[in-house]
Amino acid sequence: MIRPDTSTLMGDPLPKPPAIQRFFDSTVVSVIIYAIVVALICYGSFVGAQNMGYNWQWHRVPQFLYSFTDDGFQLGEIFYGLYTTLTLSINAFLLAVALGLLIALLRLSDLVVGSAVAIGFLEFVRNIPLLVLLYLFYYVLGPIFKFDRYTASILTLAVFHSALISEIFRAGINAVAKGQWEAAKSIGMSTGQSYRYIIFPQSIRFMLPPMTGEVVHMIKSSAIVSVIAVAELTTIGRNIISDTFMSFEIWFTVALVYLVVTLALSIGVSHLEKKYTVDQ
Amino acid sequence: MSARTPIIEATNLDKFYGPFHALKNIDITVHQGEKMVICGPSGSGKSTLIRCFNGLEWHNSGKLVVDGVEVYQGSKDILKLRQEVGMVFQQFNLFPHLTVLENLTIGPMKVRKIGQAEAVKTARQYLDRVHIPEQADKYPAQLSGGQQQRVAIARSLCMESRIMLFDEPTSALDPEMINEVLDVMVELVDTGMTMVVVTHEMGFARKVADTMVFMEEGHIIEVSPPEQFFTNPSSERCRLFLDQILAH
Repeated sequence: MIRPDTSTLMGDPLPKPPAIQRFFDSTVVSVIIYAIVVALICYGSFVGAQNMGYNWQWHRVPQFLYSFTDDGFQLGEIFYGLYTTLTLSINAFLLAVALGLLIALLRLSDLVVGSAVAIGFLEFVRNIPLLVLLYLFYYVLGPIFKFDRYTASILTLAVFHSALISEIFRAGINAVAKGQWEAAKSIGMSTGQSYRYIIFPQSIRFMLPPMTGEVVHMIKSSAIVSVIAVAELTTIGRNIISDTFMSFEIWFTVALVYLVVTLALSIGVSHLEKKYTVDQ
Repeated sequence: MSARTPIIEATNLDKFYGPFHALKNIDITVHQGEKMVICGPSGSGKSTLIRCFNGLEWHNSGKLVVDGVEVYQGSKDILKLRQEVGMVFQQFNLFPHLTVLENLTIGPMKVRKIGQAEAVKTARQYLDRVHIPEQADKYPAQLSGGQQQRVAIARSLCMESRIMLFDEPTSALDPEMINEVLDVMVELVDTGMTMVVVTHEMGFARKVADTMVFMEEGHIIEVSPPEQFFTNPSSERCRLFLDQILAH
């Protein structure tokens, strides 16, 4: 059997892009430009700090991360802060997911009251600043219902993010084709069964990417509870600075810790996403 | 046709989509074991009508009794009724996250509360019946359109329904796949199941129908046995429609 030759180009080659464009599109040039920009920023901050007469003391930073004492290896203050940040975020996130799901289902339900309540809640939460919501929970609702600052922080973050998460749920549920509902109904499934066996399993892959974004957002916005002195990462950072006056070093370190945690999370979930798409 | 027991009875049915009057004063009776084929130009209300039969759409006035249950919006019995009324859709609507076998067993297991072993056994039986036993562990997206539609038919059969509604089951298929689906449907005819089929496949209709129904603009124009329907329809509009689709 004679195989057709598909390896050589038969037609005239397309015109090449202009030389200047090829120069800027090449990988080497891109990397060089990137390196120059990063170097300039670093150099700029260094020179700026020099001009302020800033006294860099990076050697004093490690003791806040870890130390070796008679009892052996010990994690430093920053990690205790990180631990609080993470438990705070996880608790708040779980609560936010439960609340968000409830709001989304109310909004999608046929009940007129249900969707009115959901929209009212959404508009209220979305249109007041997170900081004001935190003050409301801590200074107003806290004394009334007798809860401490840690609970107030969890509730604030949960309520604020439940509004955003409910929209993710709603979009994910609506993204499943309408015919799926009809098929589920046609074999006699109730609304609850349709959600559980047919709709939710299919909407997970639509919800996973924005939900990851929400977790990252949650971890970052948890920094705001430092204003009511909950001992999380940002508060710890501020406390260390007030003891040592190393604001540059400590803020860089704190930023790096947030960055490592959220990046690790994003990478982990993107692996999870791949798994879900293969199954489809 | 065996016993003349009515199983679907619609009286003075009206249906509106906002200002649009989709079904106009529909009177129709389907008897047990009857094969009814509904045809008509697009937008004539044929799909809407059969979607009312299992409560996927709700009529606005009139009375509809299916398998002894009155159908109306808010009826408590509608879930129970839907177990007895299977439906096959134009777009198949298989569950893409489940394998073929799971598509067939999820209804019997979760709705009818049948054990897994028995549900799987029934599912394999019906996959045999639609001639694709070897595809049981694949996902719907891995099958051809014709195979997907046959899985959809098997999914309805697994619910052991007494009535089957077909909403243009071959309209979304490539021409070479239409026959494999129609063949399966012809084989179902002998089981004595009640079938209401919306289709433009007139060859199929001629072969299996006990009753032909022609609809236009929300009205039922003609109800007659196939011999009369195809040779000597009583209405002019029905004759024109048949001329158009049988012309080539």
